[in-house]
Amino acid sequence: MNQAVATSMPVAPGRDAAAEVARVADAVRRRVLAYTLKNNGGYLSQACSSAETLATLYLRVMRLGESTAPLVPRPFAGVPGPNNPHAFTGADYNGPRAPDLDRFIFSPVHYALVLYSVLIALGRLGPNGLDAFNQDGSTVELIGAEHSPGHEVTAGSLAQALSQAGGIALARKLKGETGRVWVFMSDGEFQEGQTWEAVAALAHHRIGNLGVYIDANAQQCDGAMTDVMTIEPLAARLRAFGADVHEVDGHDSDALAAPAQGFGSGDRPLAVIARTDPCRGMELMRERTPKLHYLRFKSEAEIRAYEAQLAAMDAAAAEDRA
Amino acid sequence: MIEIVTRPHREHFVRWAEHRPEVLVLSADLTSSCEADAFRDAYPERFFSLGMAEQNMMGFAAGLAREGFFPYIHTFAVFVTRRPFDQVAMSIAYPNLPVRLVGFLPGITTPGGVTHQAIDDVGLMRLLPNMTVLEAGDATEATSVLDVAQAIDGPVYIRQLRGEVPRLFPADAPMQLGRARQLADGADLCVISSGICTEEAMRATAALRARGLGVRHLHVSTLKPFDDPAVLAAVSDVRLGVVSMENHSIIGGLGAAVAELMAEHGVGRRLVRLGLKDTYAHGASKPYLLREYGLDAMALVRAAEDLAGARLDIDDAGLAAVRLGTLSAAEKTEDL
Repeated sequence: MNQAVATSMPVAPGRDAAAEVARVADAVRRRVLAYTLKNNGGYLSQACSSAETLATLYLRVMRLGESTAPLVPRPFAGVPGPNNPHAFTGADYNGPRAPDLDRFIFSPVHYALVLYSVLIALGRLGPNGLDAFNQDGSTVELIGAEHSPGHEVTAGSLAQALSQAGGIALARKLKGETGRVWVFMSDGEFQEGQTWEAVAALAHHRIGNLGVYIDANAQQCDGAMTDVMTIEPLAARLRAFGADVHEVDGHDSDALAAPAQGFGSGDRPLAVIARTDPCRGMELMRERTPKLHYLRFKSEAEIRAYEAQLAAMDAAAAEDRA
Repeated sequence: MIEIVTRPHREHFVRWAEHRPEVLVLSADLTSSCEADAFRDAYPERFFSLGMAEQNMMGFAAGLAREGFFPYIHTFAVFVTRRPFDQVAMSIAYPNLPVRLVGFLPGITTPGGVTHQAIDDVGLMRLLPNMTVLEAGDATEATSVLDVAQAIDGPVYIRQLRGEVPRLFPADAPMQLGRARQLADGADLCVISSGICTEEAMRATAALRARGLGVRHLHVSTLKPFDDPAVLAAVSDVRLGVVSMENHSIIGGLGAAVAELMAEHGVGRRLVRLGLKDTYAHGASKPYLLREYGLDAMALVRAAEDLAGARLDIDDAGLAAVRLGTLSAAEKTEDL
């Protein structure tokens, strides 16, 4: 299938795919920074590390249909249950379910604002889609839930999504569907034993229609992963477990997209380790290393500095458009 | 005599699943131990070995259920409910997915000791929103529980029996969701039992009736939802009080559910909860542990004496002499 036809926001004529990824990634960093300023806090480093990976997934890897969800997110309709026919997931922002279309499973849901910002940059979510961000009764939650735009499963207890995606991929194999299952994960999730149980099961059952993109930004809540509990050598570990592993520069869209080309008909799961910089495009933040997990401003002066940063990024983006 | 059925689940499950291609089995290295080996051999394409990795198995089950399959997880009850509790809660119960968690070796039915004895599984599963909790009490229920579970829109925990299982209830009287079985009626005392404790209770209630005590006895197989109006009616108008009897901690299970029901409806009667009294057990034979932890027929006699305020002069020989047979649905023992 032609990816440009299948995606709702095909790469614009005259611009190449890498440039489009760069445009989306820049818009994501600016939007997440703006909301971090607005809320005096946010998961900014995650936007800086994963913007290109998520943009590449949507623009160059996943075969998705157009969004069937409203541009302004629906309010929360209650938790799922036998007596609540109104409950929904946010998967329809990734298009309809069809045998030949891919599925997207989003695991580190504290990256929710990054995903929302990607959806806005792609036109899958309206520009006002974040008006209800972090507001009571909204589905556009700070920590994404399965009813949040772009989300499909309950994943906030980290490392549970890969197993669920494995079940979905196995089911699709049993049903003879050609669509693939893509999972976005954070590297911290490789500290959980369940992740390794899942990779072992994927390899054992020869589930070759599931690919994982890992935002390896090497940082977590307590600080640098090498200090908290190292997961390295991640590539060697994954290979030993039976995955087809590619280790790439997570800010290079061409490198990110390459391993996915032609993927889906083999018998091994794909793992793309995106080596990323949690301060990419936000040099100001580097002084906080290694405590980058959640940015909360410490002073008025710091807020002014980040506001100036946003103004400069907005101006540069406007210049690019002109 | 009571008919003993050998491995009731094993062959029945194969027949039951024959024309249900959407039914899958997920197993964690206890396939024969959970009587799923016949299914595996009959339908290898619907059987998935997930290894000793229960957390991941719950996620796989959730994903398969989202795609229209009905995964029947087979492993020991402790490994369904305790080890992967967060995965059951988040991956399965929250999205209300139709995963059937079949947990074997309830309570002290295993000599495997504390690691294998599920004494808190009913409590853990009752805690989860969307979860239905069923418990088989005999061979009839160990087979008919599948129809009950399959009809439920959402996750189901089945506390299942294996091996040599007595048939207390007629084969043509299947388990029904939310419907207790009344096994005896009387105006003095109400006994509510579940699982393997029902057979013990039946032994005691026969002896108690012979001593002139009017005993009403209900067997419960739906532990959640716990909303059978017959149970509320049964506990509401007995003279002396109520005894609950379960192969589980008295916290969180049947006794707790009865206590909540009585308190919420202002049923002003004493309640004696028989079960594991906030203690772990250890590895030993079932009869030994039933006696040690007060889960046997004699324990019910002592509870009745407590409520009656009188000794009833029933000994072990008297209880052993009680002849039990399979009860017919219509044949309720009348109050003496």
